[in-house]
Amino acid sequence: MCLGIPGRILEVLDEADLAKVDVSGVRRKVNIGLLEHERVLPGDWVLIHVGFALSKIDEDEAAATLVMLRGMGQAYTDELDALRESMIE
Amino acid sequence: MRFVDEFRDAEMAQALSAEILNLCEPGRRYKFMEVCGGHTHTIYKHGLEDYLPETVTLVHGPGCPVCVIPMGRVDDAIAIATKPDVIMTTFGDMMRVPGGRGSFFDAKAAGADIRMVYSPLDSLKIAQQNPDKHVVFMAIGFETTAPSSAMTVLRAKALDLENFSIFCNHVTIIPAIKAILDSPDLRLDGFIGPGHVSTVIGCRPYEFISRQYTKPLVTAGFEPLDILQSIKMILDQIVEGRCEVENQYTRVVPWDGNPKALEVISEVMELRPYFEWRGLGFISHSALRVRDSYASFDAERIFQLPGVRVADPKACQCGEVLKGVLKPWECKVFGTACTPETPIGTCMVSSEGACAAYYNFGRFTRDRVKEASRA
Repeated sequence: MCLGIPGRILEVLDEADLAKVDVSGVRRKVNIGLLEHERVLPGDWVLIHVGFALSKIDEDEAAATLVMLRGMGQAYTDELDALRESMIE
Repeated sequence: MRFVDEFRDAEMAQALSAEILNLCEPGRRYKFMEVCGGHTHTIYKHGLEDYLPETVTLVHGPGCPVCVIPMGRVDDAIAIATKPDVIMTTFGDMMRVPGGRGSFFDAKAAGADIRMVYSPLDSLKIAQQNPDKHVVFMAIGFETTAPSSAMTVLRAKALDLENFSIFCNHVTIIPAIKAILDSPDLRLDGFIGPGHVSTVIGCRPYEFISRQYTKPLVTAGFEPLDILQSIKMILDQIVEGRCEVENQYTRVVPWDGNPKALEVISEVMELRPYFEWRGLGFISHSALRVRDSYASFDAERIFQLPGVRVADPKACQCGEVLKGVLKPWECKVFGTACTPETPIGTCMVSSEGACAAYYNFGRFTRDRVKEASRA
């Protein structure tokens, strides 16, 4: 989909541009290499698309986007299911 | 613009609706195009057109990268998938896209090793776990996903992987918009610019639209109020005689985009001289391919592709829907021969397609409006 989904950074890992995130309760690793020009810290919110963080967003925007995504129903739950299946390392 | 307080937002929506009405010149009709699947979804789901005067029409443009993949390219991908010792990996939305001889789903049912993945990084993992197979990632999408494919190729190179490649079908949004502007079928007055694509490319690339084609463009957020506000901003420009690119989605979209993302795309990929778009024909410099320096990760160079052009089925009017010339319900086969369960064309298959969005949400709003006006 066009849409990035908001996730909260839990931990920035040492290996390969990875960070652990929480996306609506689903905890997974994503790649934060595209944000190398910015400081990414635990607690930050990022927009995630297909396993990559595309940009940082503030908490209000994250909350609003989540409300909207949940309203989309199937498309969003499908995306979360796919994220749950992913094995990024 | 926050959609957290429903009551307050209903008031704001009414206020914006009134302002929009005031800005419209009596007797003049306006047509604005939005290209992003997320925007189409919001518009249909919240019945945003009910908040607009009857003289303002919204048309959906070719913002669905799955929808614009020609059938011949799907056949090429299936040809790769059916080769021995190949694992084809893809996003879920590709599975039901009809090629000339069936979809990925059909090919998988017939025995091809096709697996759905969430991320190209998952494909990489599959390649590492299956050293005796060649793993191909079906790389689709606009500039939102191109950096992810590029980063994955860079990672594959860093890992010295020899059994991984991408089949690159990334397309770029700007030439599509340009092709629409060049098309005689459509007279547009402005654009609602894509949201998340713009976090990658920024707003600068849209400037040619205002400079050369003198149409305003406002990049918009995804909430109903964002879209209404963007429409108001476009009308402000028209009334004031301005023609600019403006950013309504400043809270997410930086004017300059994501420099690292643009850097990796440019490192791994380059523009093709031309590429065929379903419904729009051949457009120059509208798609990406893997550079020579990364040839060992380019499925097109590794595998022999049939490369046959396949004409769309006669009944299919996806081309016109993609260009915004037809609304989904105006397509002759909409809802009858072509439904999400039995799609003829990609506008119905993809979750971002105008027809799928309308089928799932818009029909009910429209029926309610029809009922109300009959009563």
